[in-house]
Amino acid sequence: MDLELGEEQAALVDVVASIADRSSSPAAVRAHEELGFSAELWRRLGEAGLPGIALPEREGGGGAGLLELALAVEVLGAHVAPAPLVEHAVTARLLARAAGPPPGHVVDGTTIATLALRPPIDGVARLLPAGAVAATFVARRGDDLIQVTSDAPGAAVANLASAPLAHRRVDPATVVASGPTARALHDRAVAEWQALTAALLAGLGAGVLELARTYVVDRHQFGRPIGSFQAVQHTLADVTVALDGAQLLARKAAWALDRDRDDAPDLAAMAFLFAAEQAQHAAERALHFHGGYGFMQEYDVQLYYRRAKGWPLVLGAPVREYQRLAASRYGAA
Amino acid sequence: MDFLPSEAAERFRAEVRELLADVFTDAVREEVHETGTIHSWPLHRAIGERGWIAQALPEAQGGGGRDPEELAALFAELERAGAPYDGLSNVVMVSSVLAHVGNDMIRAEVLPRLLSGEAMVCLGYTEPDSGSDVAAARTRAVHEGDGWRIDGQKMFTSVAEEADWIFLLTRTSGEGPKHAGLTFFLVPMDTPGISLQAVRTLPGKRVNVTFLDGVRVGDEWRVGAVDGGWQVMLVALSFERGLAGGVRDAERLLRVTEEFARRVPPEGGGPPIRDPVVRERLVRLAIDTEVADLLAGRAAWVAASGRLPGTEGAAARLFASESFTRAASWAIDLAGTEGLVQSPERGGRIDGFFEHCYRLAPGTTLAGGTSEIQRNLIAQRGLGLPRT
Repeated sequence: MDLELGEEQAALVDVVASIADRSSSPAAVRAHEELGFSAELWRRLGEAGLPGIALPEREGGGGAGLLELALAVEVLGAHVAPAPLVEHAVTARLLARAAGPPPGHVVDGTTIATLALRPPIDGVARLLPAGAVAATFVARRGDDLIQVTSDAPGAAVANLASAPLAHRRVDPATVVASGPTARALHDRAVAEWQALTAALLAGLGAGVLELARTYVVDRHQFGRPIGSFQAVQHTLADVTVALDGAQLLARKAAWALDRDRDDAPDLAAMAFLFAAEQAQHAAERALHFHGGYGFMQEYDVQLYYRRAKGWPLVLGAPVREYQRLAASRYGAA
Repeated sequence: MDFLPSEAAERFRAEVRELLADVFTDAVREEVHETGTIHSWPLHRAIGERGWIAQALPEAQGGGGRDPEELAALFAELERAGAPYDGLSNVVMVSSVLAHVGNDMIRAEVLPRLLSGEAMVCLGYTEPDSGSDVAAARTRAVHEGDGWRIDGQKMFTSVAEEADWIFLLTRTSGEGPKHAGLTFFLVPMDTPGISLQAVRTLPGKRVNVTFLDGVRVGDEWRVGAVDGGWQVMLVALSFERGLAGGVRDAERLLRVTEEFARRVPPEGGGPPIRDPVVRERLVRLAIDTEVADLLAGRAAWVAASGRLPGTEGAAARLFASESFTRAASWAIDLAGTEGLVQSPERGGRIDGFFEHCYRLAPGTTLAGGTSEIQRNLIAQRGLGLPRT
C-alpha cells in the first residue's frame, strides 16, 4: 500500500485548492445559494481542464482517472463548492463510453451534462441533480439509456442543500444505448457518482471539522477554551478517525473503479454510505459545538450541515442503498 | 497512490500462512486454549528459527529485512489464524529497545536468545494504581551495595509465566516531576523475590500479578540511565510501529456471522440473511471492517515511510476496537438464546464463537492504551486542541 500522492496528483490538488480559495469562499457560496451554482467557479474549473480531466486524451480529455478526480473533488467538498463537477464528469465519461468522443463543449464544460440517478416518473426526471444548470442529461428509461438536450435548463427547486435541482421532462430523447448495455453503462455511472460523492462528502467533513476545530480553540467558557474539555476533544477525535476512514475508502473505491476490479461497485456503495453518515455526523457535532451561534444562518457551519444531508440524498433513501448493497453481497432477499 | 499490498508483503504473507499450516496445528491450538497461556512455544520458536524476529527489528538496531507492511502482514496472519502473538510482540519491541539502549552485557547475553526465539520477555509497566497514567509507577528500586533492591507489584502481566526476563519500569526518585524519577531494568524472572499469581481474563486467558519482594539485581541489568526511564519508554513506544491488534477480530467475526446468517434456524423460518434488518446490519459490519483495515494499512504505511504512526496508530486501534465491540454485541444477539452457549473449542467455528467474541471484545478497547487515551492523543496531537 502506498498512500503518497504522486507529483501530478499533488499539483492537481494545489490547483483546485487555489481555485476554490478564490472562488468558493463562504461569501461566494452564500452569494450563489439561490441557484446553487457559481458561473465564475465553473469557468475557472473549466480553464484548469477539470470537467474533462478524467476523459481519455484521444477524446480531448486530460487522461487522468477517477482517483485524480476524487482528490480534486475532496477539495471542492471542503469548500462546499457550488459546482456540479461530479455529475458532469461522470456523465461525460458515460457518454464517451456509450457513443464515442463527446463534443468539445461537453469536454471543456461549456455545456454542462448531468445524470438522472433515479428512473424518470411519468416522463419527468424529478429533482435531477444539476438539473437547473445542465443543458443535457442522460437517464435510464426502461431498457434504454437516453439523452435529453434542451436549450433552457429547468427551474431550480428550493431545497435543503441549496443545490441546483430541477424537474426535467425526458423528451425529446435520443436513445444512446439499449438492453443490457444500457443497464451496465448506467450502473457503472452511478457507481462512479457514488465514489466521487463519497470523496466530496469526505472533503465536506474535513472542511466542517476544521471549522469546529478553529471555533473550539477560540471560544472560551468557564475561563478556558471549550476545546480543552474532554467531552469536546473525544467527540472530535472520533469524528476525525471516521472522516479519515471515509477519505481512505472513497479513494480506494475510485482506485478500484479505475482498475475495473470486481469489488469496485460494492466499494463505491460502501464508500458512499459511510461518507454520507460520517459527514452528517461531523457537521451535526460541529454545529452543536458552535452552541447557539451554530443555529444562526450567519455562521458558516450551517452551510455544511445542510449539504451533508442534501448532497447524498439525491440518490434516494439510504435504507434502499443498504439493501441494494446487501443484494450484491448476499443475493436476493 | 496504490491500495494493493506490496509484492514483498504478499510473498511474506504466503510464507507466514505456510508456517502456520505446518506449526499451528489443531493439537497446538488445543494446547494453547487449555493452558490459557497467550503463547505457543512451537510457533514462537519456528518464527525465531526463520529469522523473522531479527528481521522485524529496525535496520539501525542491527535487524532489518522486513518493512512495517510485511510485519503488519505477519501479525495479521497470526491474528487471522487465532494464534497468540503477545509474546512475539513483546520480544520484537523489547529487543528493539535493548539493541538501542542496552549495555554490552545485555546485548551479548540476552539479545541473541530473544532473536532466536528461544527466550521470552514480559512487560512490567502497569501497576494496581497506575494504568493509563503509567508514569505514576510506584514499584521502588533502591541502590543497595553494587546493585539494586526492588519492591513492588505489576498488574496484568501477560506471558510472565513463560518469560525469562521482565522489562520493568521502576521508581528511583520520588523528587520532582513523576516522569523524571523512573528507571528501567531487565530482571531475570528466576531472581529470588519474584512470584506470580495467575489472573484470568474474561475470555479465559491467563495474565498475572507479578510480585517483587526484596528482589536484588546487579547494576548491569539496568536499561538506560538512572532516572532516565521515561526516555526509554519513549523509545519503546516508537518501536511499537503501528501494530494494530483487533482489526482481524472484526474480519473473522464478520465472516462467521455471515455464515451463521445463511443457516436455516432449527426452530424454522427463513435464514436470517433474508431479513432486511439483518442484511443492513451485516453490510454496516462489512463497511466498518473495510474501514478498520484501511486505517491499519495507513498506520503500517506511515511506519514504512520512516515516520512514527502516533495518531494514525491510535486511529486504527480506536476504530477497530470500538467497532468490534459493537459488532460482537450485535452478533450474539443475532444468534439469540443459542448464542449464550460456551464452547471449549474457540477456533473459527460458529459454535461458541459469539460467546467468545463477546467476552473478548472489551479487552480490545483497553489493552495497549484505552480508547480514552487514544482519543486524547488524536485530539491533542492530531487536532492540536489545548490540554486541560
